Amino acid sequence: MYRRWMAVALALVLTLAMAGSVFAQSVTIIARAVEGGVNSHIVTWIHESVFPAFQEKMRQQGREVELRFIQFGGSDEALKQQYALDLSVGAGADIMAFDGFWVPEFVEAGYLKPLDEVAGPGVWNWEGWAHIPEGLRGLLGFDGKVFGLGLGTDVRKLYYRADLFEQAGIPVPWEPKSWEDVLETARILKQRFPGSTPLQINAGTSMGEATTMQGYFMVLLGTGIHMYDFEQGKWIVEHPGILDALNLYKRIYVDEGLGDRRMQLLAQGREQSFAAFRDGRIMILAEGDWFWRSVVAPGSEWEPAGGRNAVVRWAPFPAKEPGAGYGGTDFVSISGGTGYVLNPFSKNPDLAWELLSFMFSTEMMLKLQELQPGIRIRDDVPVITDPVMSAMAEKLLPVSTVRPQLPAYPRISVEAQLMTERVITGEMTPEEAMKAYAEAVVELVGEENVIRVK
Amino acid sequence: MAGVQLLWRWEGFAVRRDQVALLSGRMGLTFLSPALLFIILFLLFPFVWVVVISFTDRTLLGASAVSPEFVGLRNYLQLFNPERWMRRGEFGYSLYLTLIFVAGSVAGQMGLGIILSLLFYRREGVLKEVMYTLVTLAWILPEAAMAFTWSAFFDRDAGTLNAILGWFGLGPYDWLLDYPLLSIIIFNIWRGTAFSMLLMTAALGSIRPSYIETAMVAGASPWQRFRDIMFPLVRPQFLTGLVLITLWTFNVFSPFLLTQGGPAFQTEIVAIHTYRVAFRFYEFGRGSAIAVVVMVINLILASVYLLSQRRQGVRAR
Repeated sequence: MYRRWMAVALALVLTLAMAGSVFAQSVTIIARAVEGGVNSHIVTWIHESVFPAFQEKMRQQGREVELRFIQFGGSDEALKQQYALDLSVGAGADIMAFDGFWVPEFVEAGYLKPLDEVAGPGVWNWEGWAHIPEGLRGLLGFDGKVFGLGLGTDVRKLYYRADLFEQAGIPVPWEPKSWEDVLETARILKQRFPGSTPLQINAGTSMGEATTMQGYFMVLLGTGIHMYDFEQGKWIVEHPGILDALNLYKRIYVDEGLGDRRMQLLAQGREQSFAAFRDGRIMILAEGDWFWRSVVAPGSEWEPAGGRNAVVRWAPFPAKEPGAGYGGTDFVSISGGTGYVLNPFSKNPDLAWELLSFMFSTEMMLKLQELQPGIRIRDDVPVITDPVMSAMAEKLLPVSTVRPQLPAYPRISVEAQLMTERVITGEMTPEEAMKAYAEAVVELVGEENVIRVK
Repeated sequence: MAGVQLLWRWEGFAVRRDQVALLSGRMGLTFLSPALLFIILFLLFPFVWVVVISFTDRTLLGASAVSPEFVGLRNYLQLFNPERWMRRGEFGYSLYLTLIFVAGSVAGQMGLGIILSLLFYRREGVLKEVMYTLVTLAWILPEAAMAFTWSAFFDRDAGTLNAILGWFGLGPYDWLLDYPLLSIIIFNIWRGTAFSMLLMTAALGSIRPSYIETAMVAGASPWQRFRDIMFPLVRPQFLTGLVLITLWTFNVFSPFLLTQGGPAFQTEIVAIHTYRVAFRFYEFGRGSAIAVVVMVINLILASVYLLSQRRQGVRAR
């Protein structure tokens, strides 16, 4: 009896599997997005706009397609790990959500191929190219080749709690002109709200790239230098600017206790920092615009009581002194970009490209804007619905810079995170930490590719 | 009496050995070959492969994923670079943490195991059933779920442990930040005590009650009974447990689920360190070099185990 049931079940499973593969071509998308969780709007966008509309379009052409979206719930680092392992054995989803700065490493390992190699030169016939500025095509590019389409870019700044500022008698809008202004405000807040750790600038390896982008880079750029000298093509491993940056960390976390070291060191620290901002224990937080769009967005888990639009404000992240920023600016920002790439091992590369380019059509991009307005790559898709986002983009994009799009960057970025961690734990002095950083970078790229400035 | 028993067991083995000899060598090999094949395929071959990779700069990402180069002993020299191998996050530091972790876990698991088995020695009842069930549950429940529970247990603000300590006016302590290594040792003791408890219970159960009764008649105190009668009789099992737990604990990875090796690498025991280098930094070459060193250490531990087993065999004869 048991055996017969097994046979029936097996036959059923096989039939279903066959039916799926015989009648329809299939395409799979993966992204770090979970319904009701992180980047929930992407799930909504794909399931409610992209898939039905694409199915309809295919049906009109008399084609039957099977579309699947894989919701990845882990961290960005874990997703990258998944991709590396998948692609190294020629597996993985057909369309993958990708962070631009991962691209070079994957290309050099042979895990990614240019769009026109994966889906044929026909990709250049797409109408969208006319609306994507030349400079932004390389968002998911390397060595002059394009591997995917970027959703858009972002900027970084300080967010603050206007309600608590007012309670502490600090005038709003707040416009800090220097690091000292930021520290001074934090001191006032700490005094006014005992037990709080008002200021947070990310540090440590646990937060991963969030430390480099929202933390170390913002501070370092404020001293007038970058991690990488683009003219000479070398990494700056010793410089008074690096020491200034590390000393700022030391003051915030070690000397004055203006920030909470704990969140920088423990797993899930970034989520804890969001919760602390919501609860008013952190009142000044350096973050990207994802924080505004998603983390504290109305209805989200981390939206402060009183509502985002009423109590959360932003201010440009000031340089150490006015005019001391990278390129002589008064305040600084750094931009990244995420998007989607085509898997070169895809079984249906043409269909995958059709879907990818459909996702980036004006119509679909506008749908995405409705769900969550952002700075989009297409010039025919404005940030219409959110004046705050527009203001941030307008003010900060002109001063914003980017990471070096190089295969060595991700690993060096980890060393920079480690350098900040060593300072905030008190394991090393800024001088020792910089020396250890220099050693590690030299080991990674060689003495001939670094610069030391005394 | 014990000697007779073992002698009989030894004779049983001798008889069996004669029977084995009935098979021809070729037949024997035929029977062995499936197992050998698997061992070669899944153990010996990967082992050799890892040794080979450890002499290259192979990575999972970047240019050296496609064309790895032979780098000689570089990976090994970097592991043991005296200037910085004891720095947090480096190999030496991780070995040092592992040493403390293993020592603490083994002492805790064996100690607790013996105490529990002695407490319930020759006792039956609900209490024993409940206790043994709970301890065994800790051993067999799925790792991921347990790690999640334990992070709730250790939490600074809403954790169970701090709540309990609070009743006695202690704390709150920030366990995972200030005492991370201690925390994962406690976690691991809790997790693994079942094995030593069951082992020691079985071992104590094999002692003839008459020995203990005789000692009691002679007026031996509980401590004397333990020291002079029980412990010497269960020493072989005790040693086996000690070596086995050492070996397992050395390779344990589950604290990763609790702390991910942090904060600031203070719980990065050697298994987690290897994982980070090989699968977070994708440096297969260096990761393999670590794996080779770890394998050598494991081989030494295993030899200690095998030698102690052989000694026991000799003594029994």
